[in-house]
Amino acid sequence: MVNCKYALFTGCVAKGAGRELLTATEAVCEKLSIELAEMTDASCCGAGVISEDNPMAADLLNARTFALAEEQGLDIMNICITCQGVHNKTKNKLDNNPEYKAEVNLELKRISGKEYKGVVKIQHFGQVILGDSVLEKMKNMVVRPLTGLKAGAFYGCYATRPHECSDLDNPDSPDEMEKIIEALGATPVDYAARLKCCGFPIIMMNKKNSLALSGNALNSAQNAGADCLITQCPLCHLNLDAYQPEIPGEYNMPIIHIQQLVGLALGLEQNELKMNTHIVNPAGILSQFA
Amino acid sequence: MEKVTLKIFRYDPGKDSQPYYQNYIMELEPGITLLNGLNKVRATQDASLAYRMSCGSAICGSCAMKVNGHALLACKTQLCDLAKNGLVQIDPIGNMEVIKDLVVDLEPFWASLRKVRPYLVPDTLDNPELERKQTQKQFLLIDDVTTCILCASCYSDCNVLEVDNEFFGPATLAKAHRFIYDSRDAKAYDRLEQITELYGVWDCTHCGECSTRCPTETKPMARIEEIRQAVMEAEITNNNGARHVLGFRETVSKSGRLNENYLPARSVGFFNIPALLGLLPVGIRMFVKGKNPPLIHKSIEKVKEVKSIFSRLKKYRKIKPQHITKGDINRLDEDSISERKV
Repeated sequence: MVNCKYALFTGCVAKGAGRELLTATEAVCEKLSIELAEMTDASCCGAGVISEDNPMAADLLNARTFALAEEQGLDIMNICITCQGVHNKTKNKLDNNPEYKAEVNLELKRISGKEYKGVVKIQHFGQVILGDSVLEKMKNMVVRPLTGLKAGAFYGCYATRPHECSDLDNPDSPDEMEKIIEALGATPVDYAARLKCCGFPIIMMNKKNSLALSGNALNSAQNAGADCLITQCPLCHLNLDAYQPEIPGEYNMPIIHIQQLVGLALGLEQNELKMNTHIVNPAGILSQFA
Repeated sequence: MEKVTLKIFRYDPGKDSQPYYQNYIMELEPGITLLNGLNKVRATQDASLAYRMSCGSAICGSCAMKVNGHALLACKTQLCDLAKNGLVQIDPIGNMEVIKDLVVDLEPFWASLRKVRPYLVPDTLDNPELERKQTQKQFLLIDDVTTCILCASCYSDCNVLEVDNEFFGPATLAKAHRFIYDSRDAKAYDRLEQITELYGVWDCTHCGECSTRCPTETKPMARIEEIRQAVMEAEITNNNGARHVLGFRETVSKSGRLNENYLPARSVGFFNIPALLGLLPVGIRMFVKGKNPPLIHKSIEKVKEVKSIFSRLKKYRKIKPQHITKGDINRLDEDSISERKV
């Protein structure tokens, strides 16, 4: 049996507009005997927005989160690739600048009595799945192989760029998500936009451009014959799914969190994974797997 | 010796009805750069192949091209590092029209740069008796950004430019940064006001493509983040981007987490009726599916700790607001450098 435990950093969206992501994560991890301790006292990662106002405030928020996990004696599991990218960036900055780390720690201690030591590891759900024995175990537990489902991996910017903050072996042509898709019996679809931006960060600043970027991604995946897109970031999911009816062009492309795809193959039902909350209903393409 | 195939984009609009790829097979000599490989193809196989080059030393910025889908400098890249499965695909840089083969029309790139007055505007046009001096610390603020060689790799791979060629683009925003942060420039505030308008600094999605492709220390995305910090410092907040940042700060500092019901309306402006109406369709769609964020927004457990981070915000500021003042003569405080040392 795989026996592992993580401090679960939910991020804000999995507690807000993407609660299905949290439900699916918990259900899948239970199946795989991955124990989760939700970090109920962790703050928002700042999403690269707080740092546009004040970089040190953003770093303090994340140093506090890291210190919380270290107190729990657990490594962090992220379920949002934006949180993962922002955490990686902060961790790099602190770990590579002892003077700055000391400055941040001094302030952190004053505020909360905590200290970021630098021992915590931070992984996204996808990395945990691909880790050591989990992948083999997961393959053996597939009771509903997704044979015939053509799934396009949509990585999310923070998964691949900047390269120094990426966890992928080859950020310019990764295959990590495709490995998971294959392990579940589905067929990964290669398409030009799989590493592109979904446009979400500017949805409030320039909706036209934001939705055009999402439209490019959908168009590229559709032309390559994808039945659905698989996301690791709930923000990509929001732009591609919740905004899809407003995206210029005719699309009916279901967008599925990677946790939901895993859950489906492991025998969980679509309702248990809250796939019925998606704006674009995936029931049609998944009817053969019901 | 090992062989490599260069699969090169060919197009001569005067002759060809459409673009095509042509393969050139050559020996993969150890230590050969992609540019030297192309020179060899031209010298020994096909003199009609067109591409830009000059210095061969990553200084002039002429030889940017897309290799296996991403922009880079041909002279700064070892061919053997690229030759996966013995094949290298070479295309012209993106977001611009092709003139011939790998040569593109750079005019949109230059036109964008010209929009931000890419030159120093001093506080007086009188001839100074001495040179305009900077301290070492003042120079460090613009040290990285002045390494830009205008190769347009960032412009080529910018995701936003793919959908909107009015966007200023990464190199132009980096150039604006170079003068906003220059202690000798007198128009920092004006420059900030200009680039907070449509197509400017808030239209960047942070996709990171520009910094990843940049062959120098310019790293446009990091500079864009610094411009946004300067915008917030100068309190130029009558725009969606700044309101979004303020709203983000407000909700996280109050509860420790983002309130997704509050932020969209705060970003577009509470009195901006058309924009608020524009938010309705997605809100209704999500509500119908039960996907709307909970109406009661819960705080994290020890929210007091997060509140004190934000109440001490001023202490963490490295760039003091008085450096950039309205209608201004911009003087940068030497304290502002400590941030960059980080």
